[in-house]
Amino acid sequence: MSENLIKMIFGRLTLESFPLHEPIVVVTFAVVALMGMAVLGAITYFRLWGYLWREWFTTVDHKRIGIMYMILGIIMLLRGFADAIMMRLQQAMAFNGSEGYLNAHHYDQIFTAHGVIMIFFVAMPLVTGLMNYVVPLQIGARDVAFPFLNNFSFWMTVGGAVLVMMSLFVGEFARTGWLAYPPLSGAEASPGVGVDYYIWALQVAGVGTTLSGINLICTIVKMRAPGMAMMKMPVFTWTSLCTNVLIVATFPVLTATLVLLSLDRYVGTNFFTNDLGGNPMMYVNLIWIWGHPEVYILILPAFGIFSEVASTFSGKRLFGYTSMVYATVVITILSYLVWLHHFFTMGSGASVNSFFGITTMIISIPTGAKIFNWLFTMYRGRIRFELPMMWTIAFMLTFTIGGMTGVLLAVPPADFVLHNSLFLVAHFHNVIIGGVLYGLFAGITFWWPKAFGFKLDPFWGKVSFWLWVVGFFFAFMPLYVLGLMGVTRRLRVFDDPSLQIWFWLAGFGAFLIFCGIGAMLVQFAVSIMRREQLRDTTGDPWDGRTLEWATSSPPPDYNFAFTPVVYDNDAWWDMKKRGYERPMDGFKPIHMPKNTGVGVVIAGLSVALSVGLIWYIWWLAAVCFVAILAVAISHTFNYDRDFHIEADEVTRTEGARTKLLAAGE
Amino acid sequence: MSGANTKAHVPTAPHDDHDDHSHGSMRSYLIGFLLSVVLTAIPFWLVMNGVLDSKMVTAIVIMAFAIVQIFVHMIYFLHMNARSEQGWTMMALIFTLIVVVIALSGSLWVMYHLNANMMPVHDMQQMP
Repeated sequence: MSENLIKMIFGRLTLESFPLHEPIVVVTFAVVALMGMAVLGAITYFRLWGYLWREWFTTVDHKRIGIMYMILGIIMLLRGFADAIMMRLQQAMAFNGSEGYLNAHHYDQIFTAHGVIMIFFVAMPLVTGLMNYVVPLQIGARDVAFPFLNNFSFWMTVGGAVLVMMSLFVGEFARTGWLAYPPLSGAEASPGVGVDYYIWALQVAGVGTTLSGINLICTIVKMRAPGMAMMKMPVFTWTSLCTNVLIVATFPVLTATLVLLSLDRYVGTNFFTNDLGGNPMMYVNLIWIWGHPEVYILILPAFGIFSEVASTFSGKRLFGYTSMVYATVVITILSYLVWLHHFFTMGSGASVNSFFGITTMIISIPTGAKIFNWLFTMYRGRIRFELPMMWTIAFMLTFTIGGMTGVLLAVPPADFVLHNSLFLVAHFHNVIIGGVLYGLFAGITFWWPKAFGFKLDPFWGKVSFWLWVVGFFFAFMPLYVLGLMGVTRRLRVFDDPSLQIWFWLAGFGAFLIFCGIGAMLVQFAVSIMRREQLRDTTGDPWDGRTLEWATSSPPPDYNFAFTPVVYDNDAWWDMKKRGYERPMDGFKPIHMPKNTGVGVVIAGLSVALSVGLIWYIWWLAAVCFVAILAVAISHTFNYDRDFHIEADEVTRTEGARTKLLAAGE
Repeated sequence: MSGANTKAHVPTAPHDDHDDHSHGSMRSYLIGFLLSVVLTAIPFWLVMNGVLDSKMVTAIVIMAFAIVQIFVHMIYFLHMNARSEQGWTMMALIFTLIVVVIALSGSLWVMYHLNANMMPVHDMQQMP
């Protein structure tokens, strides 16, 4: 075959694209392939494909989609953490002339992949998953506003994750850091496929994120139970609303910025180049207009979780509900006014820097108000120190430290010293682990019994908790010290041997976190095996306060047989106090959306389209693009998209629950 | 449909337009279409024939037309007004405007100062 023909078929994909010369990657590939084959083999052996396809992959049920988001987030957490521990090991080793065990090409990909995966494919899916699962239940709805769109959003997120994972074994990932600043990410400095993988992974996942943002806003605005005014919404629903508003307002900025970067790379425009009128600083400016709200997108739902947990486990109404809501809204607005603090050193001068420094400091006021609200909620409460509450307390201690170093970084002169140092790395891990991740863990332990009908094993949970918390301090406090001494981030080798001890400490911390993740997986496994002992038949294991605890665990497909009517902020607490009686009869057929595989198909085609664009396989890209349009348009002609759950079936389901409740008493 | 108490919570069903806002008429679509054609044609003509002498003025006029165009789309094609969806559309619009204004004016301000401070042409001794 002629060379041209091969090139036309495979684009720039050649045998050399497979990193066979990197022993670490080859071994990783072997392990992943073996494990993957084991999983696929097991699914085939137990004939689960049909079940998975019918009940899970094509589902439009917000609860199942929520659970799938959580699984995706946890799988990607393992990948992202593998990157983290490799970096820690490299930095602990590479002293006294040692090069460590990672070459620069590989190391640079690892720190980029770590950041991208942890933000986009761990934190985002976990946050979206919890919102998806909990919000419709909390507002007394049957599903989200657009159930098919929800399924599609999920699979687009998976599509992005698949592209990132693929880059490990086919070609390479970006070597630019997680935000891919040009000119480094431009066509001249990064001619390979790495940055293209980055761009298309984020664009595909970004479609999913934006659509799920629109979906959840609609759900919260339009589908609340009768009587639930805005100021009677649970705090988690409030923070979810604000987060999704942020998503819808900012993700288009990310998409547009990446489109401009793609144009620079693919067709030779000069938006972000150094010559012909381009300006790389504009990219930095634009990406942080998205990037700063993004961190609030992650932390606001966590704040909501802590609010729910603090009031439930203190047995009290949340202190200062109104101030909590206003603090959330103020943070939502302010988060748009601080982006420049990520590049004080770029040289905008004193007036610009002071404006953004001050707005950044102001944002700590509503956040501080929230901390006090949680403290006052706990004050004179009957606190139960169960796992979700422990995570909440750990959060309040850890996050406050992170918040204070944040205010420190907001002072422009201090930032000139600390910019791009390990102090910054320590700061954002401090707020993201201590804030977002602890919040997600609190949320997972809190809502697990709702999702599966049994509690998580507390012993292994506590093991994991202590390993995580202690491990976090070991891993990141040394980085504060190193940062103050002037060590910059993303370094691969070090000259000064006196620094090594700090990296050993940080590495030890990473090892403790590794054990913490292991303990968490053991906790899941042990809980599933001991599910009969941990069973909760009441649907309300924590003596909860909001509507999700009013229905059974796991909730029936239709969530609520009758839409509840809300009179008070803590709707379920209020119902319990007023001696609420479950309706036993008079059920009516329930109108439900039908499952569909179109979401999986379009997301799969989007991945193939991206592969075509990444490797310059133009025919593949063209075919997939046309196919996406065709599938999307033909789906609009599918009128067979709903069915009714008959009244008999509702009666049977509710009757079974009545028996279960009676047996539990 | 499954009874009055659940109606508001039934997920999207086909042909089930239970919202009350207007979807426009032939007349309003035609007005919108004609307005947007005119609003596109005039800037095109301005550029193609070089009607105005100053490029700056041309650019500003085009931007003004673009803004009017946005409103035409919102009113005639998106059927937005202050009352639709119990005021949520209006609220969303105001929020969007705030965000767009922040992003645009902020970027211009930041990039202008960056150029003023960082471009190599100016004389460092003149710095205040």
